[in-house]
Amino acid sequence: MSGAPASGGRHLLSVADLGAEGIEEVLRVADAFVEVGRRPIPKVPALRGRTVVTLFAEESTRTRLSFETAARRLSADVVSFSVERSSVKKGESLRDTVETVAAMGVDAMVVRHPAAGAPHQVARWVDASVINAGDGWHEHPTQALLDCYTIRQVLAERAGLDPSSSGTECFAGLRVAVVGDIRHSRVARSGVWALSALGAQVTLVAPGSLLPSSLEGWPLSGVSHDLDAVLGDVDVCYLLRLQIERGAGAFLPSLREYAASFGLTTRRAALLPEQALVMHPGPMNRGIEIADDVADLPRSLVLRQVRNGVAVRMAVLFLLLGSGAAPSGAGELIGAAGE
Amino acid sequence: MAERERRLTPPRGGVFVPRVQVLSAEDVQRALVRIAHEIVERNRGLEDTVLIGLQTGGVPLAQRIGSVLEVVEGTSVPVGTLDVAFYRDDIGIRPVLPEAVTDVPGDLSGALVVLVDDVLFTGRTVRAALNALADYGRARAVQLAVMVDRGHRELPIRPDFVGKNMPTRIDEQVDVSLDGVVLGDVVPR
Repeated sequence: MSGAPASGGRHLLSVADLGAEGIEEVLRVADAFVEVGRRPIPKVPALRGRTVVTLFAEESTRTRLSFETAARRLSADVVSFSVERSSVKKGESLRDTVETVAAMGVDAMVVRHPAAGAPHQVARWVDASVINAGDGWHEHPTQALLDCYTIRQVLAERAGLDPSSSGTECFAGLRVAVVGDIRHSRVARSGVWALSALGAQVTLVAPGSLLPSSLEGWPLSGVSHDLDAVLGDVDVCYLLRLQIERGAGAFLPSLREYAASFGLTTRRAALLPEQALVMHPGPMNRGIEIADDVADLPRSLVLRQVRNGVAVRMAVLFLLLGSGAAPSGAGELIGAAGE
Repeated sequence: MAERERRLTPPRGGVFVPRVQVLSAEDVQRALVRIAHEIVERNRGLEDTVLIGLQTGGVPLAQRIGSVLEVVEGTSVPVGTLDVAFYRDDIGIRPVLPEAVTDVPGDLSGALVVLVDDVLFTGRTVRAALNALADYGRARAVQLAVMVDRGHRELPIRPDFVGKNMPTRIDEQVDVSLDGVVLGDVVPR
């Protein structure tokens, strides 16, 4: 992202583009926006006059609302574009649609698309900053960022630290188990990369049929097919949604068997260390990957993840648009000022 | 803060080279004690007074004024901090990032707010701070205390309490801390 020392581009397409330094910068700026969220008037004029379009070619509640809330709290104008009710229905191509929207003058496009790489394509077609809000099975960078933010916030609170003054040391050696439908999960791809870039040790836990066909290049410390064996020594148990609408059911003998072997049941939750965190990107399939009463335990961070999502997306929008016209090399200087 | 941003931001970016020590640590302390007394004198007490230090340079000064007031008047005055990054008018012109956390003590409706900053220069930081404060309620009045007024205003803003009036060239830099005030230059890297 512009103005970011490590990241370089003006889009957010993949967590890998950010690097550890870029992730850290987003988390730091997000702290300031969490504070904004606590104010009597949780809105700042930072992006007044800028236009943010949310272009969603796939269903979503939380991501879309979260981005739109974030943009509004920055005083940007928000245009909401849903493929369901658009000329795409009349056969317009993605490129024509995107160029039409861009021609109306937008500063950022938040793109969700069922095809992996679609936001990268969009970034090539338009001048606006493009933010990947989930592309197929590929990536969902802002989800990974808000998960990292949430982990850091909780760990800082426990240590009695001010989250805003803590860096990313808390991730060093943090043991994270990512459990479930990894094959169909863009959250897993972005999350694993972000967490391990910050120094966490990530273990995937899934039935063989729900792992990607190749794990080459994944920065992992292990892969397991036995959840019970892993739970005893993890700091974070990250459950993924079984993506039944992407046909995950066909990879399994039955949903009941999946819940029995890989769901976080009440019995399994008791195996977790006292301090372990339970996370889920939502929407939850209660009774499948997470038992009803486990989802509502105090250690479950599901709602906190959603709350932090707005602040983290504000940080992303602000970093992309707020420091947009920065002269080259300025990022370095600001980076120096922060030290 | 404005000082620091300008110092590190192109086209004026570069390294700060100190030239003259203008005020010593003792001078700064004396000025802060005087400003504390002036705040009490002007407002005939400290009723509803809140000190807000602008991040980052104004924060230690606001805290020091707060502790002086506690000694002088025997009441503790809430001291908050404010980062005005999101209210600046140069967002998109050059990189603006929040430097530190905002912590405003409660609702400011009816409060007498004394903004504290290290250097008053163009007045744009103060303009941003006034807009930011409005989001925390309608203060009864807002006053401005600065350690150094160096001139070159670009907006109709004036300070209520000044540590030192210091005419400067526009390309000079002023560095303020509790250890003293130093006038220097920026040398390109």
